[in-house]
Amino acid sequence: MNRLVKKTVSNLFALKIPSRSICTGAVNVPASTVPEILNENEKKENNTISSNSVQQYDIAIVGGGMVGMALASFLAIMPMTKQLSVATIDSNPALSGSMSIKKEDPPDPRVSTVTPATISFLQDAGAWKYVWDYTGLGYARYNARDVNKDFLGCVAENKVLHSALLSCIKDSDFKNTIYPLRLNSMTLNRSSMSVVEENMSSRESSPAQGQCAKLQLSDGSSIYAKLVVGADGGKSRVRELAGFKTTGWNYSQNAIICTVEHPSENRCAWQRFLPTGPIALLPIGDNFSNIVWTMSPTESNQRKSITEEEFLKDVNSALDYGYGSRPTSSLSGTRDVFSWFKMGTTVSANESFEIPPKITKLASQRMVFPLSLRHANSYASKRVVLIGDAAHTVHPLAGQGVNLGFGDAYSLSRVIAEGIALGTDIGEVNLLKKYEAERKPANIAMMAVLESFQKAYSVDFGPFNILRAAAFHGANYIPPLKRSIISYASGEQNFPIFL
Amino acid sequence: MAFNATINAILRHCRFLNSANSTLHLTNNTRCFSHASSPSPSQSFKANDKDPHSAPSSLKDNELAKFAAISDTWWDSEGPFKPLHLMNPTRLAFIRSTLCRHFKRDPYSTRPFEGLKIVDVGCGGGILSEPLARLGATVTGVDAVEKNIKIAQLHADLDPTTSTIEYCCTTAEKLVEEGRTFDAVMALEVIEHVANPEEFCKSLAALTNPDGATVISTINRSMRAYATAIVAAEYILHWLPKGTHQWSTFLTPEELAMILHRTGINVEEMAGFVYNPLTGRWLLSDDISVNFIAFATKIQNTI
Repeated sequence: MNRLVKKTVSNLFALKIPSRSICTGAVNVPASTVPEILNENEKKENNTISSNSVQQYDIAIVGGGMVGMALASFLAIMPMTKQLSVATIDSNPALSGSMSIKKEDPPDPRVSTVTPATISFLQDAGAWKYVWDYTGLGYARYNARDVNKDFLGCVAENKVLHSALLSCIKDSDFKNTIYPLRLNSMTLNRSSMSVVEENMSSRESSPAQGQCAKLQLSDGSSIYAKLVVGADGGKSRVRELAGFKTTGWNYSQNAIICTVEHPSENRCAWQRFLPTGPIALLPIGDNFSNIVWTMSPTESNQRKSITEEEFLKDVNSALDYGYGSRPTSSLSGTRDVFSWFKMGTTVSANESFEIPPKITKLASQRMVFPLSLRHANSYASKRVVLIGDAAHTVHPLAGQGVNLGFGDAYSLSRVIAEGIALGTDIGEVNLLKKYEAERKPANIAMMAVLESFQKAYSVDFGPFNILRAAAFHGANYIPPLKRSIISYASGEQNFPIFL
Repeated sequence: MAFNATINAILRHCRFLNSANSTLHLTNNTRCFSHASSPSPSQSFKANDKDPHSAPSSLKDNELAKFAAISDTWWDSEGPFKPLHLMNPTRLAFIRSTLCRHFKRDPYSTRPFEGLKIVDVGCGGGILSEPLARLGATVTGVDAVEKNIKIAQLHADLDPTTSTIEYCCTTAEKLVEEGRTFDAVMALEVIEHVANPEEFCKSLAALTNPDGATVISTINRSMRAYATAIVAAEYILHWLPKGTHQWSTFLTPEELAMILHRTGINVEEMAGFVYNPLTGRWLLSDDISVNFIAFATKIQNTI
């Protein structure tokens, strides 16, 4: 019986979503019944936030991941934006709970390569010191001899970055209310006509809320916000509800991600392009490294299910022993590409080749993710804006996704601050388009770089292999080209110029 | 004559309204389609009549519905007022920096105009009045066209911070007769539509407090202005309805400064607006050959 009730409730939601978003507030589910049933599942949440009160915020950030929280922490420090009231909607318990990271905890299998640009954003927000607090040694430098920079970036566990941002927000007096819920539907008042109707149908709302987007949450409650930020990832609900169209395709490839242990400390990031797809070894401190290994879906499923010993054998052979000989003093005749992460090895013929560490233990679950490329045709409309993966999902090659997301969050926070300084309504499309104009070219360029890498190294049939070898040799023999790829990957150049 | 000035201002706004009207029917139709199941607009407006700010009940419901649709185009950033919307942040940047300096306000404050009484002469739909209110000012918006005032009121009521704006269907001259004064007087893109700029400036001066400020923006009577503001904006790009501007009524910065000086106002700062076609944005610059904005203060009488 109980089950039946739940089932009807979920059906009710399924019905409600399309009807709500099309005609404003015509279907009105009695607000009192739904939360009661859902209480069984979400008792805890309902204690913290009363489901009947209608809250109004300046900004609602849907998705409290790294990018969403980066936006909140950027807003928290700027004089123009720190008085804003922000609601974060995310059902991830890590947000509300005081989850602490212990040094002895196994490292998070999901890691990000943070570039100097991202690090300087995080330093601005004051979050970088927390990253240091958490990890002590949880970062690693790239070999950066090829570009005139101190370092190319570092690898940090997503968990560490995320909680650093959370602590940063918590330690400020920024008003960030966390709703541990999901977004069910969204009503955008596109015109004043519908505003009036809205006021007719829902008596409790004041005319003041007419200028706001209404967000219906999974416990039946609603909140209002002048601006809704979709930071809810590649399968963005906000993007879907706001009707943003996307362009993209799925690569017929999956990535296996896991954390591995090796007997000695590793301080180098490695990436090797194999015929089946690239494998990357990213150091995350002590004797741990992270593996991102791209392969076909069948291979990935098989490698996920095999025993640990077999998997480690595969990893080691992929990293070093298999697929032909190591590059020696000269690179001719080999297809192994220790790519732009590991530059020093290929630049000088005199330099000895560094061997990647031998992996001895698996330190986490093996996770499989399908790879896709997706780009929202537009990032901004009235009252809605997309940041991070919600706006663009890229190939995880090089771990650039989150850097683009941090770039988005930084740019959006600046645009909002400017809007407030000039008394603009922060949901106004002309203002938000400024963010889009700033980020879209940068994101598309980066996607094109990664896409061309993907194309150059992963297509697996005859003629392409020759092209791939040519592309690889090109990438290794012409230092300026390589440099531009690096400096683009490290986020400090606006456009990649391969000339 | 002041009367002529008002008439001219009305004519200008009517031109805007006419163009808005043609789009009105279209938008109305599409609305009706998408809201077929919801209450009809006329019913909704009855509900809105309870709002003290809304129009007197002598007005017909369908008339009100029309205003709401026009209000949409005043506030539609892609609509007929798009150039004004795009120019607005640039105008505000100038106003913010000059007023902060003049009134010694903290430029890093989110509400630097807190406590300042500002009048927006020729407020239209309230495109300038609303940001000024958000910046903390106590704003009075006046426009000779009653419809514009209704639209402005309707839109301002949507947000608690802008619902404090006092909108009046009146003219600068009448405000002077009422003996009202303000800390800052704004007359942006208005003077070129006024028949007697000198009389108009006199009224602006009379509305300004002795230690207050006046901000005026307009279009220069230059060949470039003719080419861009009339030929390009009205005939090629169709940004503005044809006939919006008459080149001969434009004032050069020197003429404006002279007129203001005669009315006891001294221009202290002037800036030009330059449109960047690549980014579609306006920038402040020292090029005052087309659009320009002037910040002026009252000449202190020592006598």
